[in-house]
Amino acid sequence: MALLKVENATMQFGGLTAVKDFNLEIKEGEIVSLIGPNGAGKTTAFNMVTNVYTPTNGKVFLNNEDITGLRQDLITQKGIARTFQNIRLFKDLSVLDNVLIGNHVHIKSNFLGAIFKLPKYRNEEKEMIEKSIELLREVGLEDLKNEKASSLPYGKQRKLEIARALATNPKILLLDEPAAGMNPTETDELTDFVREVKDKFKLSIFMIEHHMQMVMSLSDKIQVFEYGITIAEGTPAQIQNDEKVINAYLGVSEDD
Amino acid sequence: MKNNKILNIALIIIIFLLLIVANGNLDSYVVRILNLCAIYSVLGLSMNLINGFTGMFSLGHAGFIAVGAYTTALLTMTEKVKTQNFFMEPLIAPFNSISISFLPALLIAGLLSAFIAFLIGAPALRLKGDYLAIATLGFAEIIRIVLNNAQSLTNGALGLRGIPRATNLYWSFGVAIVTIIILISLIKSSYGRALKAIREDEIAAESMGINLFKHKTIAFTIGAFFAGVGGGLLGNLMGTIDPNMFKFVLTFNILLIIVIGGMGSITGTVISAFIVTILGELLRFLDMEKQFNFGFISFNGIPGLRMVVFSVILMVIVLFFRNGIMGTKEFSWKFLFKKTATDESLTEGGVK
Repeated sequence: MALLKVENATMQFGGLTAVKDFNLEIKEGEIVSLIGPNGAGKTTAFNMVTNVYTPTNGKVFLNNEDITGLRQDLITQKGIARTFQNIRLFKDLSVLDNVLIGNHVHIKSNFLGAIFKLPKYRNEEKEMIEKSIELLREVGLEDLKNEKASSLPYGKQRKLEIARALATNPKILLLDEPAAGMNPTETDELTDFVREVKDKFKLSIFMIEHHMQMVMSLSDKIQVFEYGITIAEGTPAQIQNDEKVINAYLGVSEDD
Repeated sequence: MKNNKILNIALIIIIFLLLIVANGNLDSYVVRILNLCAIYSVLGLSMNLINGFTGMFSLGHAGFIAVGAYTTALLTMTEKVKTQNFFMEPLIAPFNSISISFLPALLIAGLLSAFIAFLIGAPALRLKGDYLAIATLGFAEIIRIVLNNAQSLTNGALGLRGIPRATNLYWSFGVAIVTIIILISLIKSSYGRALKAIREDEIAAESMGINLFKHKTIAFTIGAFFAGVGGGLLGNLMGTIDPNMFKFVLTFNILLIIVIGGMGSITGTVISAFIVTILGELLRFLDMEKQFNFGFISFNGIPGLRMVVFSVILMVIVLFFRNGIMGTKEFSWKFLFKKTATDESLTEGGVK
């Protein structure tokens, strides 16, 4: 059964169709990648899943539940977490605070309980801190927990952003170009990290990425976008040999 | 952590001992300024929660203060004074016959102010940035104009006179300390972190599952509550209020305090409230028409010169301390025991 399913999602901005008839199925434990040239509409497709944009047409289902047009914070509560193409950490806050904010979604006490530190809230807060430190330990950022988020090196900021998303307890994690701006060593590290995280937290992952090595080694399934249309879909091996994909990326030779 | 608590309690006790001394020995002019310092601290803190911690650009504070001041005044004035005041049109029931003590009046004022903020927030908090500023500014003006025209409730432009002067040093500093404690507790809680997340990056905050509208409403309403309480203290300190006291200039003064102190710093707001209030008074000599002689320069004081000098000082502060005196930092006792304090930043800092 598909965990996340997108049916014929179309996004129009005025007269421009950014994404047309986008279909997607992600099963539990799968890594699906979305690739395509710049401006192909990959991030728009992402934004339709998290309802940053409500699709003009089509539906999004999580566990067979229709989540089309649901408010973003509710979508996160249902179990879809995301990272951003240009890192969006809470820069002035500490590493630990960033992860704690990811935990806020689970809080049951109301703000009065929090102000007057009622026992229920105290327990929740304690649990939250323990969980967050544990999470930071698992991603290898524990010793940096009191640092300001913006003071971390780039690769660690990426990791922190993923850790923060994990704090919301997602079933499915959306990564928007996680390796953007990384050198080959960092990319390799990130590839291992994503695989590790996926197994540890039993996640499904939906990823946009340009680093082909990373995409090919991680993905169970790849979907290729050009001008907002899916031009190919399949396993890494199938995609590598698909003529349409090669044409989209390298251009068509005039002899054809 | 335990040390912090002891030091905080000690600090509060010391402040109260100082207040007892001040109350007995200082003249009424100085006492009044100290009262104003504490009240402006409360008002500054309440606005800092909205503008500094949550990052909303709200300019409606004068409106909430006005609601607080009028409510407290109407609830605490005696029946006799009320009849004297309302000679144009009698005060409507049930206000004409009730007169309650100061504490419940303050609380009711805060709650009413919070309720109005809640109503205003429903449409206004869907806006961001400059648009929110204009909308809240508009609401504050609406409140003022209503006060000006609801003759039988507020006595209109005549204002209210003979409000019992219930505010003293204990009230103003007591309320200020309670405000500080509650706000620190809020800021350090999970909700406080969510508010800061909204300030840092709304899009990321929303993708972390934070309901933006709900959390903004919480901050706006709590801010308005303390603004209302502060307004009540202010009205019962002055003894006289009228709608013109609650013009945009009042909001501007409080905005000034939080910008100088540091948007997002409780300590900064308190320090800055004291500096701005005391400096404003210290410079009063410039308004007097007499000759000044500094050796190299001599000039005559001109009425209004005080504000010129005051503005220049402000500009210097803003130029050289762009993030205010404290930025987003807070005072803590950490420097006293550095060795053990590394893990404490998260769980508990110092009060004030």
